[in-house]
Amino acid sequence: MPTSEDYKGQVPAWCPGCGNFNILSTVKQALVELGIEPWEVLMVSGIGQSGKLPHYMKCHTFNGLHGRTLPVATAAKLANHSLHVIAVAGDGDCYGEGGNHFLHAIRRNPNITLLVHDNQIYGLTKGQASPTTAQGTHTKIQPYGVLEEPLNPLALAISQDCSFVARGFAGDQSYLKELLKAAISHKGFSLLDILQPCVTFNKINTFRWYRDRVYKLEEEYDPYNRLKAFERSLEWGDRIPNGIFYKSERETLEEGIPTIQEEPLVRQKFSIEDVKHEIDKFY
Amino acid sequence: MEYTLRVGGEAGQGLQTIGGALAQVFSKIGFHVFTHQDYMSRVRGGHNFYQIRFSEKEISASRDMVDILLALDLDTIEIHRKSVRDEGFILYDSEITKKKFEEPEFIDIPFKKIALDVGKKSVMANTVATGAALGILDLGLETFRNVLKKAFEKKGDEVIQGNIACAEAGYNYARKNCPRCEAPEIREPENRGLMLIDGVNAIGMGALMSGCKFYSGYPMTPSTGILNYMASRAEEYNLVVEQVEDEISAINMAIGASFAGVRAMTGTSGGGFALMVEGLSLAGMTETPIVIAEMQRPGPATGLPTRTEQADLLFVLYAAHGEFPRVIFEPGDPKQAFYLTNKAFELAEKYQIPVFIQSDQYLGDTEWTYEKFDLENIIYNDYRLREKDLEGVEVYKRFKYSSTGISLLAVPGEAGKHLVVVDSDEHDEEGHIIEDSETRIKMVQKRMLKKLPLIKKEIDPPLLYGDSSPKIVLVGRGSTYGVIKEVVDTISKDHKVAMMHFSQVYPLPERDKFDYIELLENADLTICIENTATGQFAKLMRAETGFEFTHQILRYDGRPFTIENLKEELHAYI
Ligand SMILES: Cc1ncc(C[n+]2csc(CCOP(=O)(O)OP(=O)(O)O)c2C)c(N)n1
Ligand code: SF4
Repeated sequence: MPTSEDYKGQVPAWCPGCGNFNILSTVKQALVELGIEPWEVLMVSGIGQSGKLPHYMKCHTFNGLHGRTLPVATAAKLANHSLHVIAVAGDGDCYGEGGNHFLHAIRRNPNITLLVHDNQIYGLTKGQASPTTAQGTHTKIQPYGVLEEPLNPLALAISQDCSFVARGFAGDQSYLKELLKAAISHKGFSLLDILQPCVTFNKINTFRWYRDRVYKLEEEYDPYNRLKAFERSLEWGDRIPNGIFYKSERETLEEGIPTIQEEPLVRQKFSIEDVKHEIDKFY
Repeated sequence: MEYTLRVGGEAGQGLQTIGGALAQVFSKIGFHVFTHQDYMSRVRGGHNFYQIRFSEKEISASRDMVDILLALDLDTIEIHRKSVRDEGFILYDSEITKKKFEEPEFIDIPFKKIALDVGKKSVMANTVATGAALGILDLGLETFRNVLKKAFEKKGDEVIQGNIACAEAGYNYARKNCPRCEAPEIREPENRGLMLIDGVNAIGMGALMSGCKFYSGYPMTPSTGILNYMASRAEEYNLVVEQVEDEISAINMAIGASFAGVRAMTGTSGGGFALMVEGLSLAGMTETPIVIAEMQRPGPATGLPTRTEQADLLFVLYAAHGEFPRVIFEPGDPKQAFYLTNKAFELAEKYQIPVFIQSDQYLGDTEWTYEKFDLENIIYNDYRLREKDLEGVEVYKRFKYSSTGISLLAVPGEAGKHLVVVDSDEHDEEGHIIEDSETRIKMVQKRMLKKLPLIKKEIDPPLLYGDSSPKIVLVGRGSTYGVIKEVVDTISKDHKVAMMHFSQVYPLPERDKFDYIELLENADLTICIENTATGQFAKLMRAETGFEFTHQILRYDGRPFTIENLKEELHAYI
């Protein structure tokens, strides 16, 4: 059985007190509790503070470009669906630069888990507004305050029939761990949007601010009711629900591709002899 | 003996069906065939043509003048009448054109009426027309029957028999109503059928036979043919082919699949490649092998979507930020496209770099005939490390320094407990982010400076065709190969002339095996021929070798060079 120690990576270079630390330790715990070994996990990340997370763990890692996490993760899964593929992104990374890929990953429904470190700000580039920053927030670049409506990732994902949609909070690690385990275990594309306080640049959405508002969806809440899920995803303000908002059973991308049903693509042996007869088709 | 047929009409009238069938008939009989297509960017209407040249000897380009014009509409007659040779023929259906022509070259054949009378379906008019063209040549009816049988295999016997009857009727009608044609007495060649293949299929087949297992792409003319080919072969050969949301995704997917352990490729045209540039740089930094087909069409922006140009060379050469090695191949014909795609995979995997197959609409769509491709020459070396390969390795480091700059390429999840870590930031040997200058220098040396000289040694010298110590050298690269070759053939009686063709254009070949610069310097006239307005290859040669061509012939109207037009351009200098 793996232990948390097996997953120990480099020393993080995040600001002291950053919400990312909690996410890191919780991800490790969730993987340990699921009994998944480091060499069975591929973490794909983009650019931003979140993008560094895989380096602070031990597992296969592809830390690619800003916003491009999902195409890399999806293709890696298609090439080797025996790996647990976890995509790690920031709110700017995934909903801004990578917005198009986000929409299409939902459509494709590969069996991968997407963790979005949603700190409602651009951290690494020092405090500009992100797609989830509240309207009216002042930054160096938004002197009149953010004019745009914030993007609602959960509502968006539910509207597109994303097969697993959940929200967690970096300040409630035990619940976050449950959500992480559920997301990783879910068959299909799972979105876990994690409220992550950026203690340096986001002076509004602090640990305190979230603690005062966050609550768990009720025990009897039915995640298979899409309309209800949509309704609850619109709740934001004095009360912010956490939990699994929506689930649906959809065929995964890998399941739809007949050529990889017997064996992951990467294990299929290639021999020129097997394809030579192709040339006959041109006579 | 050689003939040129041009089939003209609107998009949607079945030009490809007729042209494709004729090309197949000639190649199956054993003639050498060269076809090219000229089409507009629209699905119906407009004016398009499909041209087929066939001969007993090898041919490699298109002519302007035609022997037989098969006109499916009035526009075709008006546009192409002047291109018909004096002894040539124009086949048409006066019921379709609503106009009757009395001149001796015109042969009015009721395509539609025959189709209805004989086949009971007006769609069979195309088969009647094809039969009529073969009738004029008194050639290939038996082969055409077989082509039809194969083409309509899935549609059942009734459709097959109807089409065969229409073909015969068209054939016989043309033979009876062609006062000017004595039987041309074309001798059918002795050799059995030749293979017929175009550029995009040759690239696709090259990828398939190189072990490519993953192809991601977003449709864009003229690269779509490769995507079509790969998708059509997915089931038979266990490939994964993904149509993606955009070209950014296409290249990132190819990189993701390659990282995860399978050979991967993507393809696009200039505009799509503009979107891939960031991902190209990622492949460079992460040393992930990928093959990219960049099929050129005229730009800037959306340009002439269905036409041809070679003006992306310097773009592809300089695309992406930062410095990393890349290789660019520009095949001259489908056969070269096939082998160079194979070599592209070999080099991409061996050196863990991006390699380009750069071609264009012209070569992508032109069909050529060959005796065969020698499959013994296909290279396949698996450079990836799996389970046993890493036994004994204590700690695997993805980017371990080495004398060649190449480090072991392990497959995540398939190499025991070893972890594969890769980063787009500068990284250490293990793949983790660094910022110190010492590691940076070592990594640049590893990625770039150590690999480059080794890669250069893999590049073959240009092809010299014609006189071995020429006074005139016609220099080309990529798809101008065929036309320059034929022009050299026609003028070599009177001149000491040769073609120098580059199909491996970057890095430029070393001069130790063949000092091509010396040969150029010893000639009186060196003419660089390109489908660009600014002579991009000439610029590259000057920048890399200091050599300057005496002249350039440039065509940038979106059309390929033809034999007549290139000869005419040469008149200014010879
Ligand atoms: C193509 C591109 N554009 C811009 C950047 C600069 N950049 C790096 S991280 C970042 C945004 C980070 O914000 P977010 O994704 O929310 O992550 P966080 O740092 O807050 O975790 C940007 C704009 C980049 N690396 N690449
Ligand atoms: S800038 Fe914000 S998100 Fe980044 S490490 Fe510091 S606190 Fe965390």
